[in-house]
Amino acid sequence: MIKTLKQFSKAQIMAWLDAIKDPEIPVISIADLGVLYDVQVEKTTVEVSILPTYSGCPAMDSIQEDIIKHLQKQGIEQVRVKIINSPAWTTDRITEQGRQQLHAYGIAPPQSKTGQPIACPQCQSTNTTCISQFGSTACKALYRCEDCLEPFDYFKCHV
Amino acid sequence: MKKAIKHYLLRLADSSLTQSQRLAEWCGHGPFLEEDIALTNVALDLLGHAKLFYEQAAEISEQDVSADDLAFLRDVDQFRNPILTELPRGDFAYTTLKQYFFDQFNVLLYAELMNSQYQPLAEIAEKALKESRYHLTRSRDWCLRLSLSTAEAKQKIQSALDDLYFYTPELFETDDQLKQLLADNVMPDMQALKQQWQQQVDQLLQQCQLQAPTSGWLATGGLRGEHSEYLGYMLADMQFLQRAYPGCEW
Repeated sequence: MIKTLKQFSKAQIMAWLDAIKDPEIPVISIADLGVLYDVQVEKTTVEVSILPTYSGCPAMDSIQEDIIKHLQKQGIEQVRVKIINSPAWTTDRITEQGRQQLHAYGIAPPQSKTGQPIACPQCQSTNTTCISQFGSTACKALYRCEDCLEPFDYFKCHV
Repeated sequence: MKKAIKHYLLRLADSSLTQSQRLAEWCGHGPFLEEDIALTNVALDLLGHAKLFYEQAAEISEQDVSADDLAFLRDVDQFRNPILTELPRGDFAYTTLKQYFFDQFNVLLYAELMNSQYQPLAEIAEKALKESRYHLTRSRDWCLRLSLSTAEAKQKIQSALDDLYFYTPELFETDDQLKQLLADNVMPDMQALKQQWQQQVDQLLQQCQLQAPTSGWLATGGLRGEHSEYLGYMLADMQFLQRAYPGCEW
């Protein structure tokens, strides 16, 4: 017999989903990254909508699996993950908390909102140079600090 | 109209897939580490674009097919990409210039397709455009850097230009089905797009101090499934796994 899902509220499910981190940047949740878009509680199924970041990003498959596994652990057996392309994900969807988490992890957060120069996450110097537009994952570029000479990842603007 | 839309989705998907496959061949062969990573990052984005187009094509297909079926189980004469994207990767200058032509084309095309009356296509274009802009920045920078550096680099990129230039008009080719889509505001006017593209390309070639050849063999045929011999070898490599082990998953 299939249980009805009336007892689970959207807010409760959203709170559970907050525990799911980005598999490649495990300090930021999919909610803070702006990937988690919506949750719909239907009669027997929970539908979670996510906004993919980069279209070729392999992390999306793993995020889908994580959502399903995590909600099943909470007793929701039927979970459907829907990938939606509109609205398109942009880095402006990253929350302030997410930006702080990125910075603390050593990744310079995207600067489209603030218009500030890109600062080294180690020494905070803004005397930095782009080494490559493309870094270890699709969403990052590679920078170098000209003061402390450390290379670092920059989460590039995507708007 | 559904048939024409599927035809166009395959044109877009096949172009991105073949371009992506050629870039992916650079994995482990880039001129230096950062560039190796950049080439494969672009390849991954293009594979993502191809996937979105294939998924939509599969969705509206009359047969029960998946995006993977469309990518891995069609033969040469069913592919709709222009010959440009199936050409061998060549040297780094050749890959760079080919990528620039393709990126410049996609940035202009996707900006127009965002206004398509066919909503799924407009949505994919909006997403793909953001990524194609990065690709264009990179390939433009490299064209300038190679052209304005040593005599050897300049000679290599000039030679690439001589080889590739007359493969580019095929990007803008249409047929009766695509003309119907233009009339229905699903896709933009390719002749107008060509003018914009030409203007951008002329400007860059001038900055690079490169000379476009004045005559050459004009490539055509991809839209009709008539391809160069290179595509067959590419598909043999790319499709091997699905054909030898049908339904195999990673």
